[in-house]
Amino acid sequence: MDITPLINGLDSIPGLGLVFQAIGYLVAVLPPNSSSIMAQATPLALAALCGVLCERSGVVNIGIEGTMLASAFTAWVVGVALNPMFSADPSPIFGLTIPLVLALAAAILVAVIVSALHAWLSISLRVDQIISGTIINIAAAGVTGYLDQLISKSSPAGAGEFAQFTPPAALTNLPVVGWIFAMFLDQGPIGMSVIVFIIGAQIWLFRSRWGLRTRAVGEHPRAAETVGIDVIRLRYRNVMIAGMFAGLGGAFLSIEATNSFQIGMTNGRGFIALAAMIMGRWTPIGAFASALLFATFLQLGQLINIAPPGGDLGVAMSAIPAQFFDAIPYILTIVILAGVVGRSIPPAADGQPYERESAT
Amino acid sequence: MTASAAPGSAPSRPSASLGARAWSVVAVPLVVTVLSVLLGALIMLFSELLVPGKKFDWGLPLAAYSALVNGAVGGPDAIVSTLVYSTPLVFGGLAVGFGFKAGLFNIGAQGQFLVGALGAVMAGVALANAPAAIAIPLAVLAGIVAGGIWGFIPGFLKAVSGAHEVVSTIMMNYIAVQLLAALVSGPLKVPRSPSPVTFDVGNAAFPIILAPNGHLGILLAVLAALFVWWLLYRTTWGFEVRSVGANRDAARYAGMRPKLITVATMTFCGALAGLAGTSVLLGVTHTMTSSFGTTVGFDSIAVALLARSNPLVIVPAALLFGGMRAGAGLMQIQAQIPVELVDVLQATILLFLVASPVLRRLLRVSGRDAGSVVTGATVSSLGSGGVAI
Repeated sequence: MDITPLINGLDSIPGLGLVFQAIGYLVAVLPPNSSSIMAQATPLALAALCGVLCERSGVVNIGIEGTMLASAFTAWVVGVALNPMFSADPSPIFGLTIPLVLALAAAILVAVIVSALHAWLSISLRVDQIISGTIINIAAAGVTGYLDQLISKSSPAGAGEFAQFTPPAALTNLPVVGWIFAMFLDQGPIGMSVIVFIIGAQIWLFRSRWGLRTRAVGEHPRAAETVGIDVIRLRYRNVMIAGMFAGLGGAFLSIEATNSFQIGMTNGRGFIALAAMIMGRWTPIGAFASALLFATFLQLGQLINIAPPGGDLGVAMSAIPAQFFDAIPYILTIVILAGVVGRSIPPAADGQPYERESAT
Repeated sequence: MTASAAPGSAPSRPSASLGARAWSVVAVPLVVTVLSVLLGALIMLFSELLVPGKKFDWGLPLAAYSALVNGAVGGPDAIVSTLVYSTPLVFGGLAVGFGFKAGLFNIGAQGQFLVGALGAVMAGVALANAPAAIAIPLAVLAGIVAGGIWGFIPGFLKAVSGAHEVVSTIMMNYIAVQLLAALVSGPLKVPRSPSPVTFDVGNAAFPIILAPNGHLGILLAVLAALFVWWLLYRTTWGFEVRSVGANRDAARYAGMRPKLITVATMTFCGALAGLAGTSVLLGVTHTMTSSFGTTVGFDSIAVALLARSNPLVIVPAALLFGGMRAGAGLMQIQAQIPVELVDVLQATILLFLVASPVLRRLLRVSGRDAGSVVTGATVSSLGSGGVAI
């Protein structure tokens, strides 16, 4: 059957031709870049997971940005400090070295400490959680910037970085599905682990006792307390565990995606992650999908400069500034918040400090 | 109703002696400042260990602090420079603080600042050759309107659909950054310029009222603080704003319209933050580059918190942080301490401030609870009524 007349017919409908060209362009450029889209999405997804775990137990954390920045800096500094002490060659798997593993551990530890500070301020002292998060962001930017200025005076060598796993070409060259393998396997250890954490957290949150308790504490802490759940303790624990994911995301930036630290290198990712969390309706899988979508837009913004589409689409595209693509995640979030498409509703006790009845 | 308390007063027992009352007002800010300065000194001493091949010097913190103070208030030029740095912080602090009074957390001062400056530069460039008496008011008005629009959007969304202002203003901040980059490297860019930069605002620039660089914006900032104080404490609208901030439901039962107040407040906050951007653009930079203004937004939150949102206390709070920014350069030159120390000090001041219930217990002074001690009003709980963050 010859479908050429059909295509020509559809093509002549005004606007529809552009849509076809756009779909064609996306199909042409996105799969080959699946691995870098996943790499863009990794820190967003990890930070969004941190947000989901915090807010599901009723603690708003806008300090994720600062937590990530502190971890990124710690990972880099520890790597720089330890590298000269160990001379062993990197392991063939992921380029693992002892300094790198210690750097990652230190980054996670720092993230847990920063999260514990947020927990103490917002759960125990019942400081407004937005203020607490803002202080963490200011403090992290200040301390990392200050120390980075001092350390970079001695122009240190690199911290080392995790290597990417190279999946067998037989897999990635498979027609139609090859790009999916490339997306998840052509990654470093942190990038590859994201999907495991996301699925794990989804099961944990909706299928385990702890998950049920977490959601109960986030929806109605008073009721949870009456059935014997220690609200304060559960919130502390969840905020600190969530911090580990923000720490992983931060370490990803400085010792996996790059081999360096720049002042303010998180560059708003902690806030895009909040957007992903909202769009994903406070579920780990939803947050991951949103992070992937946002990463696709960010990647598209770059791709359109490198490989602009041809034809009418190229003409239409050249009228749109590249910054528009960078702004799409934020615009989308506002649209969703406003309830224009698909209302997103947070846990009922989100952001409310909890006070035991017996206390005071 | 703590929000309507007279400026600067902390509710203390009327029977307490004057000395005890004075102590309960100054104890916390004083201890907070002293602790932050001490912690800053410790950080400086510790950081000396990080720079290899340098002799350890116990006097370094003292040298750094004296350079900081010198750069901020040592001589007429330094004082003018402090005033210039403080000007956007007064506007920004008012923009955040006024929101706090209505129970709104305007974290979007940064975006409103940028868009306000964008409005001012667009009008300023267009009017660069017009007489100053026409160009300056119109450019200022453009900045106010642009900032106001950026504040109106989150306010409107909150009133209509309950979209929480914290999230929507954060998003508006980043949209503002992209909008600025798109315009400065696109339609507003000087043709054939190697880097993205706009034309000069020419006659729309603020005149210098204090040599060498103290511009008209300094005066406007002081007037704005007085105006906002008058608005909050001497007008019906101000009373309604404070009532909504103190108790939304009670305000509604009293016949006020919280949604309308929310929209009006956010628009007004946006206009104030827009003035902050306008004052920097017309008073200091006169052109806009893609790296325009980076820290004013978050500094403004710090100012509003430190001043407990009181419009008159915002002026000295802005002077404190503005002075630190002004002196930081000299500190870096004389003591080789990076300017980022100022951010560290700012964060420690805020940290000790919000932890002040602990301090109060240690100092045995009475005071407000943690929420209102920093904002001056109860910021609405984020989760209430299915409001989204």
